[in-house]
Amino acid sequence: MAEATGLRNLQLVNDWADDVAVFRGVPWGKAMMWIFLLSDTFIFTCFLTSYMTVRMTTAEPWPNPSEVFALEAFGVPVPLLLIAIMTFILITSSGTMAMAVNMGYRRKRVPAALLMLVTAVFGAMFVGMQMFEWTKLIVDEGVRPWGNPMGAAQFGSAFFMITGFHGLHVSAGVVYLIIVAVRVWRGRYEEKGYDIIEITGLYWHFVDLVWVFIFAFFYLW
Amino acid sequence: MADTGQQHPISVYFWIWALLFVFSAASYMVDYLAFQGYTRWTLIIIFMMLKAGFIVAIFMHMRWERVALITAILVPPGALLVLVGLMAMESDYTWLTRVVHFGADPAPVPLPPPSH
Repeated sequence: MAEATGLRNLQLVNDWADDVAVFRGVPWGKAMMWIFLLSDTFIFTCFLTSYMTVRMTTAEPWPNPSEVFALEAFGVPVPLLLIAIMTFILITSSGTMAMAVNMGYRRKRVPAALLMLVTAVFGAMFVGMQMFEWTKLIVDEGVRPWGNPMGAAQFGSAFFMITGFHGLHVSAGVVYLIIVAVRVWRGRYEEKGYDIIEITGLYWHFVDLVWVFIFAFFYLW
Repeated sequence: MADTGQQHPISVYFWIWALLFVFSAASYMVDYLAFQGYTRWTLIIIFMMLKAGFIVAIFMHMRWERVALITAILVPPGALLVLVGLMAMESDYTWLTRVVHFGADPAPVPLPPPSH
């Protein structure tokens, strides 16, 4: 029995054992968003693990991302320049998103909506830069999902799959942000409360979180 | 209905925001200064984990949630570490087999340039 062993004193055991909702004080939508993000974590990790596997098993040299993704600035090739800018843009957007959540809970709905729209603009900029990156890679460098002139054929398929799926998440996030921002602006949540901004924020921060891992494992490794 | 959500001083977010910039710049410098080998991998992993940790703990408010939610979300990904471990072991074996059977090709034939 839980009582006999003293486990009853643990908050964790109480939360799961009591005859009420497990995630106390957590809005339903937020708990569901977390569970969705958990499943998304599994999908992205499966992609990254497959990438690790093909990179470790190929007998051909892996193209050097530091050189492949270099850009010329003032006539000098700078490694990963665009990727660094994209990283900073996504972090900036995460910051504005956190501010929007904060404003929402202070019941300042217009600043909250504006900050969400700013976040969406940064997200759109990120996707735009990704399109530029893809175009350069496909047209100029001749990278294809089945091969490339620089080395191991699996480079292209891993790259397009992982960054493509992430870009899709960013694009969906931009649409999601705009929809919620417009509703916040119009005062739809004045009575219900502003949990919705935090839930939208969870999704957006997750997109940034995934980029942290892609940046480390695909571009820097 | 009163908001049940997470309310924290705005300065916390500014601090973490600044830290994320610093860690991103630091991980970019790892590439820019061309560190190689174990130094490179250790630094990349450290900065990555710091960034991921701060995003989840502060921006996603995980450190202020109840233990029930924290464990429900953060424990299952442990299974993924097992997957990574298994695939890494399998990869070593596959690579060895490929080298033994096909021989590593020192100069892979490049694809023709794209026609467009």
